[in-house]
Amino acid sequence: MSYMLDSLRHLAGLPVERPAPERQSQEVKFIYERKSQKRLTKETLEAIDAAHAGTAKRHKWRNRRWITLIIVNLIFVVSFQFDVQLVEGAMTASRVVGFHFADLNSALQVSLAYKHMVLNLVIGTVTVLILWWLLGGRTFCSWACPYHLIAEWAEWLHLKLAARKWVRDVRFHRGVRSVFYAIFVVLALASGYTVFETISPTGISSRALIYGPGIALLWVLALLLFEVFVSRRAWCRYVCPIGLTYGLVGLTSPLRVQYNVESCHHEGECRKVCLVPHVLDLTIKGRAEDTKVDVAADCTRCGLCVDICPTDSLTFTVKGLAKVL
Amino acid sequence: MSEQDTGRKAKPALSKVRRDQNRREFLRTLGLGVGVVGVSLAGLLPLIGAANARLRPPGAIKDLLDEQQFLAACIKCGQCVQVCPVEAIKLADLLDGVGVGVPYIDARAQACDFSCDGLQCVLACPTGALTHHLDFPADTRMGYARLNRPDACLAMQGKGFKGLARGPEFRGTLRYAEVDRWTPVPVADHPYDLELCDLCARQCPIEIRIIECAAEKPPEPGQVARVAEKIGNECPPRHAIALEPMPGGQGMMPVIKDGCVGCGVCEMICPVEPTAIVIDIDRVTEVPV
Repeated sequence: MSYMLDSLRHLAGLPVERPAPERQSQEVKFIYERKSQKRLTKETLEAIDAAHAGTAKRHKWRNRRWITLIIVNLIFVVSFQFDVQLVEGAMTASRVVGFHFADLNSALQVSLAYKHMVLNLVIGTVTVLILWWLLGGRTFCSWACPYHLIAEWAEWLHLKLAARKWVRDVRFHRGVRSVFYAIFVVLALASGYTVFETISPTGISSRALIYGPGIALLWVLALLLFEVFVSRRAWCRYVCPIGLTYGLVGLTSPLRVQYNVESCHHEGECRKVCLVPHVLDLTIKGRAEDTKVDVAADCTRCGLCVDICPTDSLTFTVKGLAKVL
Repeated sequence: MSEQDTGRKAKPALSKVRRDQNRREFLRTLGLGVGVVGVSLAGLLPLIGAANARLRPPGAIKDLLDEQQFLAACIKCGQCVQVCPVEAIKLADLLDGVGVGVPYIDARAQACDFSCDGLQCVLACPTGALTHHLDFPADTRMGYARLNRPDACLAMQGKGFKGLARGPEFRGTLRYAEVDRWTPVPVADHPYDLELCDLCARQCPIEIRIIECAAEKPPEPGQVARVAEKIGNECPPRHAIALEPMPGGQGMMPVIKDGCVGCGVCEMICPVEPTAIVIDIDRVTEVPV
């Protein structure tokens, strides 16, 4: 239950407090106690990190994810350019070998503005809902959204500049994302226009890939410049309602990242690479409720933390799969 | 309350520095909110004076002057673009504001000539923004043709036309059934030699369909020929355009009839530069039931 509540608080941008001692299991308390008695030296930790940095596993999930994201988006392009009709349409709505798919947030905006859903849209929405529920909800963000990939490269640049102290990450209150969500819902409903779609970099960049670039890309460029020079990953972190929609889908999703307290060294490298580092606050010493805890639904399942963890304390898991097998 | 009184769970008062930080974060966040919402609302500006009004594909749900419902229902995916055999449909750019990613037709460059026969764009639309309540080209109402430069019209001057309607560089295509029933060919590959220019009427898809229907053999007595069993408006019940004699003149005048669907082929094929005939998007006629 606390998984759901913590997930909702994360999604809403509210702080998640450290768990009260009575809610922590005896086992995890024991592990924390043992760890505080036997601290690892800085040299030991550095040696472990250095050994991990050289392994093939260091970018395993990132590489798989980038390849997946590029292939997903290229199928749209190739299908149209060579008329193979595998995937017709764009990221907002498509037909995958004949089956309707509709992006949940685009479908929501359209339905609120038009106040009517035709059967095809219902089919497309339900299909996509089931698909991303199975795959983890916000998995859409990091594994399919074309803007996510270019934003990742912009983030890399931002971090390089920040390391040289040329830029400073300007932070905002994370709660503003849910305020945006409410505003865009009300705007679609009240104005009768899909106001968010006008500025959605996901829709714009997907269409630009498939149908050719246009002036709208300047808006995407402006967002990227803002993220490079002002605020790290600002759009995905503070604004995008698509992420929040899929985050809600992921609340009960079986595919999660699982945290194992026992092997963790609490270095915090995972939180540094994470798009949504608040979901990894449970890796801070003393924060986990049990020896194994699932990372909350705001997680995009991007796998950067899985890649960087030198002790495999963060791993992908499918709930219930162990029982079935 | 009692717990708070004992101070066990009471939060410590925030330091002044922390309060300042929170205040600044709040103001920054407010700025971000106003900025992003402001930009998104700027997308509504082109609606003023219908600056983003355009010729839309067949079946676009709209009233005479208002396409609010169409813009609302369109999910901006471009599936209609992908199925159009003459590539008539384009997606609007950001200057159209909320119309970004919404399909339109630039009739002069490439009109809809219904060469897909089955209204493929309508069938492809996942949200019903192109309404499924129409079955045949004669059911559509995209706009209404108008002779906007009668003085320039070749037919009205009694002139003929010889050569390529839009020159050798023109990229547009049309279906010429006598050349290829199934594949549209470039207009630039199809020269004309007309004693009197009648291109607007000659290439009108509605008029072509009326001629086709008239040419089809009626079923023999006692047998029902499938092709001759027409339903609804499969055969256009009304004419769209006709050349009529000018009173007291030698030329002929293109007259738009109430069967006009506003597809824009006349605007595309008109050999005069700029075109003598255009499509008005704020005028349509009733669809025959």
